[in-house]
Amino acid sequence: MAEFWQSSWGIALILLAQGLAIIAFVMLSLVYMVYGDRKIWAAVQMRRGPNVVGPWGLLQTFADALKFVVKEVVVPAGADRFVFFLAPFLSMTLALLAFVAIPFAPGWVMADLNVAILFIFAVSSLEVYGVIMGGWASNSKYPFLGSLRSAAQMISYEVSLGLIIIGVIISAGSMNLTAIVEAQRGAGVLSWFWLAHLPMLALFFISALAETNRPPFDLPEAESELVAGFMSEYSSTAYLLFMAGEYIAIWLMCALISLLFFGGWLSPIPGLPDGALWMFLKMVFWFFMFAMVKAIVPRYRYDQLMRVGWKVFLPLSLAWVVIVAFLARFEVAGGFWARAAGM
Amino acid sequence: MITFAFYLFAITVCLSGIMVVMARHPVHSVLWLILAFISAAGLFILLSAEFVAMLLIIVYVGAVAVLFLFVVMMLDVDFGSLKSQLVRYVPVGGLIALILLAVLAIAFGDWQSADDALAMRAVPVEPGVQNTPGIGMVLYDQYILPFQVSGLILLVAMIGAITLTMRHRRDIKRQDVLAQMHRDPAKAMQLRDVKPGQGL
Repeated sequence: MAEFWQSSWGIALILLAQGLAIIAFVMLSLVYMVYGDRKIWAAVQMRRGPNVVGPWGLLQTFADALKFVVKEVVVPAGADRFVFFLAPFLSMTLALLAFVAIPFAPGWVMADLNVAILFIFAVSSLEVYGVIMGGWASNSKYPFLGSLRSAAQMISYEVSLGLIIIGVIISAGSMNLTAIVEAQRGAGVLSWFWLAHLPMLALFFISALAETNRPPFDLPEAESELVAGFMSEYSSTAYLLFMAGEYIAIWLMCALISLLFFGGWLSPIPGLPDGALWMFLKMVFWFFMFAMVKAIVPRYRYDQLMRVGWKVFLPLSLAWVVIVAFLARFEVAGGFWARAAGM
Repeated sequence: MITFAFYLFAITVCLSGIMVVMARHPVHSVLWLILAFISAAGLFILLSAEFVAMLLIIVYVGAVAVLFLFVVMMLDVDFGSLKSQLVRYVPVGGLIALILLAVLAIAFGDWQSADDALAMRAVPVEPGVQNTPGIGMVLYDQYILPFQVSGLILLVAMIGAITLTMRHRRDIKRQDVLAQMHRDPAKAMQLRDVKPGQGL
């Protein structure tokens, strides 16, 4: 039997099982993210939120998903049918694809890539295509405007996200996410990168909001101006896929913040055992922050969004890269910013 | 397995390259171009140049092709008439293809390189070094000056493009965030107790 797992069929089977496990984890968390999102807004607005389907409304999302699936598929006249249906698939698949490189505990990763952080960055930069293609293929004005907005927005905020990640890479001396987490090992909470890269944590979180089209930067789907933006013409399962893709992208950003700035699976108090549970709790905490921002912050205007992206975030993150490079090179504060294993 | 992957990516690159030219709609052309980029990235990964592959996707697919798509989507050109003149470009295209074929024939044919020339070929720093640090060493240690100069040239080009296209319009109102934040509420607002029937 041991031989079988070494053969290419065995490896393929293991990979398939790992892939299914990741998809199951992501989909299940997706279901309760939607539920949690609605419950948190409801709590902020002093409402009850979903509470009818199942105990405390726990099965609400399943009911919604079922409802979407059985709806009629409507394709607008003059739509480019192939691209129209390709877009939601792309949006969902790419969001899931990035989870291949996310480690949840030492060794709990499907592909432990040397360039894991670049891979995730590349995949999340492709996610804009789902939005652009969906908006264009709908052959309708509002979706088109929505997709144009989102193209510009996602490119703008990717620049600052990339620069912030470079700062972390300089500190950790590696692009491998496992190595980045291990570089944060030490005195519990205080040796994680959120302290070393404190100003960039705020910038990263805000850029992540913009990158995933979350409020206050949900201009591609600003309902007061553009109906539902690029999703206006979508119905049924195609809409469900867009929606799921968006939430999975948020979950990915939560994982990324936890790994880069909050020590992934490392326990906050020295002495307690590390493990995937910490990673999960950190991701849940960051998702709570995403939901709170949606509940309490009003939407930005588009020119304000562009100004913040290019004139505030870009110079700040660029300056931080230079500062961190110097701090790491001269090992300021006992190498607080230089934790590369081989340095 | 690697051979299979190579042929998969190579055939996809060629087919999508052809489709870029042949596709009836320009937006489809750009989408095929993106497929070509991604397959090329796959070929780089097979060469174990994962850093270049990821950069290809981030830079070309994630940014350049988005801008292509951005522009092409908004163009309103009659591409049917442009396509009908496709034959005109056959000589030039054929020439380029011929030169490329000749170069490939030289490279893979019975071509002897001098030992000095072989030594001057760009060689990865040393075996065992991952290619991300390897590229970093070559680019930032060995060739730091040419790298900085090329960066400066790009900066000049960028400033030139901005100067050529920027217009200052004085008749529109812009939001000055700093001025707005430094406004004093006491000066901006006045509370009046209006007596009924009197007005201000």
